[in-house]
Amino acid sequence: MPLLVIRDLHASIGDQEILKGVDLTVNAGEVHAIMGPNGSGKSTLANVLAGRPEYTVTKGSVQYQGHDLLAMPPEQRAREGIFLAFQYPVELPGVRAWQFLKAAMDAQRQHRGLEEMSARDFNRLLQEKVQQVEIDPELVKRNVNEGFSGGEKKRNEILQLALLEPKLALLDETDSGLDIDALRIVAEGVNRSRRPDNAIVVVTHYQRILNYITPDFVHVLMDGRIVRSGGAELALELESRGYDWVKEAVS
Amino acid sequence: MTQTLTKYAGYHEAFQALESSAPKSTPPWLHELRRQAWSRFQQLGFPTARRGNEKWKYTNVAPIASAAFSHPAALPSGAQPTAGRVKQLGPSAPGWTNLVFVDGHYSPALSTQPGQAPGIVVDNLSKATVSSPQLVQPHLARQAGFEDDGFIALNTAFLQDGAFIHVADNRTAPAMINLLFVTTEGPTPKVTFPRVLVVAGKGSQVSLVETYVSPAKSRYFINTVTEIVVGDGANVEHCRLLLESPEAFHVGNTRVYQGQDSTFTSAGFFRGAALARNDFQVLLDGTGANCTVNGLYLTTDSQHVDHLIGIDHAKPHGTSRLLYKGILDGKSKAVFGGTVMVRKDAQKTDARQTDKNLLLSPDAEVDSKPSLLIFADDVKCAHGATAGHIDANTVFYMQSRGLDLATASRMLIHAFAREVIDTVQAEPLRDYLDGLFSQAMPASSLRFGGTP
Ligand SMILES: Nc1ncnc2c1ncn2[C@@H]1O[C@H](COP(=O)(O)OP(=O)(O)O)[C@@H](O)[C@H]1O
Ligand SMILES: [Mg+2]
Repeated sequence: MPLLVIRDLHASIGDQEILKGVDLTVNAGEVHAIMGPNGSGKSTLANVLAGRPEYTVTKGSVQYQGHDLLAMPPEQRAREGIFLAFQYPVELPGVRAWQFLKAAMDAQRQHRGLEEMSARDFNRLLQEKVQQVEIDPELVKRNVNEGFSGGEKKRNEILQLALLEPKLALLDETDSGLDIDALRIVAEGVNRSRRPDNAIVVVTHYQRILNYITPDFVHVLMDGRIVRSGGAELALELESRGYDWVKEAVS
Repeated sequence: MTQTLTKYAGYHEAFQALESSAPKSTPPWLHELRRQAWSRFQQLGFPTARRGNEKWKYTNVAPIASAAFSHPAALPSGAQPTAGRVKQLGPSAPGWTNLVFVDGHYSPALSTQPGQAPGIVVDNLSKATVSSPQLVQPHLARQAGFEDDGFIALNTAFLQDGAFIHVADNRTAPAMINLLFVTTEGPTPKVTFPRVLVVAGKGSQVSLVETYVSPAKSRYFINTVTEIVVGDGANVEHCRLLLESPEAFHVGNTRVYQGQDSTFTSAGFFRGAALARNDFQVLLDGTGANCTVNGLYLTTDSQHVDHLIGIDHAKPHGTSRLLYKGILDGKSKAVFGGTVMVRKDAQKTDARQTDKNLLLSPDAEVDSKPSLLIFADDVKCAHGATAGHIDANTVFYMQSRGLDLATASRMLIHAFAREVIDTVQAEPLRDYLDGLFSQAMPASSLRFGGTP
């Protein structure tokens, strides 16, 4: 059974239809890249999958591990293993990163019938992940994303990815605004989390990150539809020929 | 005059009873003080929200003025709360000095003093006015003048008991002084008039917490006055905690006087009470005085809380930090009137005041009016007020990590509250407050605003 099956997905915000019939199948062990120009609906797709309430699904279906994903509230999707790395990570004023991450971990473990982690075990795990993603250890003592630089916020998303070990990771422009070192660290973090039983969907405007994370499939999203799919070479072609080339080809 | 008498007939009778039954030991100056205050109350009466009365613009005390209350003249003879029960009513920790008052009267049986330290007097007022009048009289009713305030006049007219703390120059009170004012259930609604006087001598240090609490759910009226004198170079840490019954009327007046290079830190926590008024005025009357006044209020149902906070910089080089935060649920209403005054002489003042509110329900309401009155030219002053809902985008971020709506919002509300709770230095008190407020965080009727 595929991990994720999206069929003819239509989604709107207010009266505006943004996704106009998306079809996509993702199997465990695969890495997919979704590319497309700004405003094409990439973030919308990722957020609809994570359950952001502002979007209304007007048509179509999403099966996740054989279940109706759209019927689940966002926290249940997370507990079932969906993780969205936000394009714009949110600051949580006054909420300590440590406390937040522990609470997230506990909620997810509880859902899976696992025991709550002791503070000590959690600390050990967190420190391990902090080192892996080369994030400043001071950041997890601070309030979540509050006063973090753009790059720190993105790395903090990767820290959460490493910690929560999702089955389906959706990375929304995690590469944007990163310098080359940060990009390498983020990509390493993603590559390390690649396993045969999970899948990663990399949403990006630029091909750059795909030099580090080699996708099995590349899809081009334009005006709310996937207009072209191919292998890793499609990303390179897009890089050299631009999105206009696809636009012309489909119209 | 006759009209006034009938208007406040209940108080008049109670006043007569208090004066005629007073023990012989009551000093004449105290009788005189009460009589003057009573006479002033008869002239002033209770305030009304009439035009031009800015101090009472948003709060109507007619429910207090029109109700009848009985005044317990002495400690209730019948069933008193047990020591174990009293401990659960407020904060406590080993080693603290605990003074417990039941219906306004000192309860020796429930109080514990772990031994006297030299230069430190911690006593109940009705005893101290007799045993150490030379320490009490020069300060009592000096900071809290009753000339313009009906509630202070009424409290002073009924001044009988309360707490007295005196720390001699350069002494440090060794333990937290924990004052607990308990109002018990009775057949008729009660009125009580607790009084607190704190005198910290030059270079002294003292920490105290005042808690006003009731195990009952019923109506009563509690009218408190707290006077705090912070001597030159002294350091006073103060906490005020309202845990009144949901039906209670609480009117509290606090007056603080600060000398040169003194430090005063206060944190107020407000829960309970149908109507609570917190009139808190600090006078920085010495060069280089430094004050921090924080507050946290959590209101639900149809509660009404009114904060009138004044910081008066009268001398140069003073610093003040005023931070009040409100969490409002249900149909509750909060009023914040903050005034920072910088007088002509108070050059180089550094003052900041902020009121932040988190509205959890569409029916909750806040009127926040921070203001600055600056008459000096070389000062650094800032003020601001905010009111907002929990942000939908923020909650979604937390949900996307597996937290449910209730847990996420409780975490955010708790984080909002913690900015104030964390200012409390004494760890057992801080932990107590943290527990108190995390339990109280409402999870229902949350409304989210904001756009992604
Ligand atoms: N919350 C929103 N409110 C209004 N319009 C939105 C919102 N989210 C997305 N849109 C609109 O939907 C379209 C697609 O946006 P988005 O999914 O963010 O694209 P991408 O991530 O590909 O740049 C854009 O035209 C954008 O303006
Ligand atoms: Mg986007």
